[in-house]
Amino acid sequence: MAKGTTDSKQTVHPSEAPGVKREALILNNRSMSWITDRVCGIVENRQPFIWWILFVPSVMLAACLGYTLVYLVSTGIGVWGNNQPVAWGWAIVNFVFWIGIGHAGTLISAILFLTRQKWRTSVNRAAEAMTLFAVVCAGIYPGFHVGRFWMVWFLAPVPNSNEIWQNFKSPLLWDVFAVSTYFTVSVIFWYIGLIPDLATLRDRATTKVRKFLYGMFALGWRGGNRAWKHYEMGYLLLAALSTPLVLSVHSVVSFDFATSIVPGWHTTIFPPYFVAGAVFGGFAMVLTLMIPIRSLYGLQDMFTLKHIDNMAKIILLTGTIVGYAYIMELFMAYFSGNKFEGDAFYLRIVNGPYTWAYACMFFCNVIAPQIFWFDKIRRNLVVVFIVVMFVNAGMWFERFVIITTTLSRDFLPGQWGYYSPSWVEWLMFAGTFGLFMMLFLLFIRFLPVIAISEVKGVLPESDAHYPDWQKLKKGRVGADV
Amino acid sequence: MKEKTNSKPAYGYIAEFENATAIYHAAEKVRDAGFKRWDVHSPYPIHGMDAAMGLKKSWLSALVLAGGATGGLTALFLQFFTQVNLYPTVVQGKPTDFSTLPAFFPVIFELTILLSAFAVLGGLLVILLLPRLNHPLLASKTFLKFSDDGFIMSIEARDPKFSRERTKELLESLGATNVELVEDEV
Repeated sequence: MAKGTTDSKQTVHPSEAPGVKREALILNNRSMSWITDRVCGIVENRQPFIWWILFVPSVMLAACLGYTLVYLVSTGIGVWGNNQPVAWGWAIVNFVFWIGIGHAGTLISAILFLTRQKWRTSVNRAAEAMTLFAVVCAGIYPGFHVGRFWMVWFLAPVPNSNEIWQNFKSPLLWDVFAVSTYFTVSVIFWYIGLIPDLATLRDRATTKVRKFLYGMFALGWRGGNRAWKHYEMGYLLLAALSTPLVLSVHSVVSFDFATSIVPGWHTTIFPPYFVAGAVFGGFAMVLTLMIPIRSLYGLQDMFTLKHIDNMAKIILLTGTIVGYAYIMELFMAYFSGNKFEGDAFYLRIVNGPYTWAYACMFFCNVIAPQIFWFDKIRRNLVVVFIVVMFVNAGMWFERFVIITTTLSRDFLPGQWGYYSPSWVEWLMFAGTFGLFMMLFLLFIRFLPVIAISEVKGVLPESDAHYPDWQKLKKGRVGADV
Repeated sequence: MKEKTNSKPAYGYIAEFENATAIYHAAEKVRDAGFKRWDVHSPYPIHGMDAAMGLKKSWLSALVLAGGATGGLTALFLQFFTQVNLYPTVVQGKPTDFSTLPAFFPVIFELTILLSAFAVLGGLLVILLLPRLNHPLLASKTFLKFSDDGFIMSIEARDPKFSRERTKELLESLGATNVELVEDEV
């Protein structure tokens, strides 16, 4: 955790070295007990009124999701608007949308851990929770999109009654393995990260129920260094495993498209383009959630403008990569000389039924984030929030454009059609947002939104060779509470 | 804490230190004094503490390697056996032999990761002897500071070097602000 000084007598502590002066990760000289109190306080105190204002409609929307699913299964898949030629429709649009959102959580928790980005500690817990809930929302869609939901066990590697096994050469089956592995590994990663913080909640608990429940889930954690040694190794290994995993998941999702021969889908750029887009959309969702939370629960000293600035930079980078991919797709359609590819993109951009969607996508994903080139803008919460809302919408439109524009114009003009979603699809999509919000609000209510033990580890005095204990003590007078 | 400490055997001493630096240097001394059954409890992992305590690298990685290998081989077997030997299904005219290996990579990869992650979780629980829902240390109010901002050293009575008087003196001489005897549960 700490930077590598070994001799406290001679060397200057890195945080005070001349030259590069880094912005502090935790502001206002906060102490460890302040961090514990502030983060645990969210769980221990009554929720602010706005929590209920958000929670009640979320539960109602989630109930709508339940209703539409029951209606879908009891009536038939025809209640959705998808049909030939657009057989995938909103189910797959929303599946790809939600699964993409999850990627930012794993990127923050795994890739930024491996690259020693200490600022991740304030964000990773909430982002990982977001990942899990987004994957839950995503998983609903392909499950019900199979049509006969009670046959969904066909997806598992079990032979059917004719002893025929699944086709392991199919990207759709790869997807089953990729998404279920992703969800499981994310849960394990999240839970292992939670154990020390659950122990903190256990040790502060005042009621019997809390003591029992947090005690049970904390597994008897005692924070011994003999345990931390293995814990840190386990965490490092999980980060190293999750890094290729997160890159693989959206690559495999993109194989669903790229391995087909449909013009507009059959391109090698899809895996990197999907992964960049997923990270882009995921960071937008992290900011959408964290900007209100930090002011609502007074977390500004831990989740600072520097964090927002860093995430805005990642959005700018990945948004630009996505923009490059959009343009490269066009170039390859032209340069390949393939008539079908060329026509697919002509219909997508110039004169097709969904040209408006392409325009929305291009504006939201490529043009809007370019404003993040400016320092001041990246630290202006209102502008950042508006831009990430554009990105959220834009990434949904990207999946809509890829799926519907392509499928609605097949090889033969006689098969052409137009797709518009039915009310069931609208309600279901709104319902997944309800489910997502409901789960996230419950997470805020019952679990620490910030990784307490990790944030303590990035405080300057967490270093065993911190030189200025006396100065720190004086500076803390009055600032402690 | 009850007053009648003599009736129950001691679990060991816990000693509170002021900060990470103090406990780091104390750990070096306790290591050099030759103690074996002792630990340093802190709210976060202290960098360099493994060396100060004289601990070796964690061997969890070996378990995870085994887990990953099991996952990869399982997936390889699952796919080859079902697709090539048991019931070769020809889909889209693709071959059903060794040449389809690249198509099996994604599932091999995913199962490798999945079983490695299981090995991390399972391995941690086994190595750390968790879950353990109660522990003598958790009965001490002083000890519970470890999960907030306390730096606590514990030395168990089972340690051959342990002595009620001398260990207490040692801990106090190392700069502990608060030394406490913890009872065993039995």
